[in-house]
Amino acid sequence: MKITKGAVVTGGTSLEYKTGDWRDQKPVLNQSWCKACGVCEEDCPDGAIHVEDGAFSIDYDFCKGCGICARECPTEAIQMIPEEK
Amino acid sequence: MSVVEGSEAVAMAIKACRPQVVSAYPISPQTHIVENLAKMVADGELDAQYVRVESEFSAASVVSGASATGSRAYTASSSQGLLLMTEVIYASAGMRLPFVITGVNRTISAPISIQVDHQDTMSLRDSGIIQLYVESVQEAYDTHIAAFKIAEDPKISLPVMVCMDGWILTHSYESVAYMGQEEIDRFLSPFEPEHFLDIKNPKSWGSYADDNVLMEFKYAVHQAMQDGKQRIREIFKELSLLTGRDYRGLVEAYRTEDADTIVIALGSVSGTVKESVDDLRSEGHQIGMVKIRCYRPFPFEDIWEAIKGARRIAVLDANISMGSEGAVGMDLKAKLYGLKNAPLLVDFIAGLGGREINKRALRNILQQLDTVGKKPPFLKEPNWVGLNPTLFP
Repeated sequence: MKITKGAVVTGGTSLEYKTGDWRDQKPVLNQSWCKACGVCEEDCPDGAIHVEDGAFSIDYDFCKGCGICARECPTEAIQMIPEEK
Repeated sequence: MSVVEGSEAVAMAIKACRPQVVSAYPISPQTHIVENLAKMVADGELDAQYVRVESEFSAASVVSGASATGSRAYTASSSQGLLLMTEVIYASAGMRLPFVITGVNRTISAPISIQVDHQDTMSLRDSGIIQLYVESVQEAYDTHIAAFKIAEDPKISLPVMVCMDGWILTHSYESVAYMGQEEIDRFLSPFEPEHFLDIKNPKSWGSYADDNVLMEFKYAVHQAMQDGKQRIREIFKELSLLTGRDYRGLVEAYRTEDADTIVIALGSVSGTVKESVDDLRSEGHQIGMVKIRCYRPFPFEDIWEAIKGARRIAVLDANISMGSEGAVGMDLKAKLYGLKNAPLLVDFIAGLGGREINKRALRNILQQLDTVGKKPPFLKEPNWVGLNPTLFP
């Protein structure tokens, strides 16, 4: 590897840097309470909530456990539980 | 020749360099420069985005980001404003983003004052920004045109700060010879960076670096400065050819050939020192002066060339590293350490907060050199010029 001038790299390299192990709390989504409103996906600062065919899932490779999704979920479908290492 | 305010001359130089983005926040004594540029944009004389922001931190961030998009960008600030830009300037140097800042010199609070000294720009000397100090309005005009060329040189690729004394240069009227737009366009080609922000080809700047690579990045910035000295010399030589004025070298040596005593200065005080040198020469003193034009990278080779025959050096430092001494004195002492025939060097803290450094002050400095000369060459303490002991409780 050679360093570039100004530490310039191609876009999207954060995908290679997994931040999931920063968590001390973990959001758990209760699918039966979820109304698929999309608030959690919009509010997640790390883009770690994915939606596919109307189904929501949390990407634990990148979720840092900040808890914003659980705080903002209007149906309380997301609960924060202690992370077990 | 036109007789113009220093700030207007700088704005004319910037306009002629065709910046695409100008962003600034007002602070005395820098304000007239960006007011002039705002008027040029408003009147349709300058085709640039003029971005008004709520702080100097944002102004620096805007020009840094603009530079990353491949736009030529400019800002100016003074004193506390430069301090508020500091975080961004360090980051921009690390990201190798070339833009030009005018650092209009003004002292730093507290106590608050709007008068000139070099404390503000000197506090940025470690950031990786290239610093050029100017003596006159004409030199300010010319140096700004060279500044973009230096910043954007592919091997250098760093921000450049032109440091000019507030009020003394920004608000005084001097006669200035402007250059033609065509000549400037020939001298300064459009900015074509190696990397630029592009939605079709996304890139990140200054990405995360662990301890296994960060040191190499810092070394690369340092080397860009060190290797850049030769390139800056060449660009100054081109500037001399362009303007017909002598800008050969990173320093200017004035009557140093047979000088026994040499005064080292930066900025507008250099003119006063030259006058004093002439007076003292006519009285039989073998005295000369070296003006440091490029302070970072530090041009020791060029300074040594001019001072190596001298017995005594007086450094005028319009700044103080609290608890140590003046920045320029420290730099020089460090480089002289262990050299054969190193001259006696005395660091004088002078002109803080706009205290005048006039011919009388320079005579006092010479007298102090005479008394110091009987002591070991490296004094542990700097000499404060013109302190009034009756003011201390």
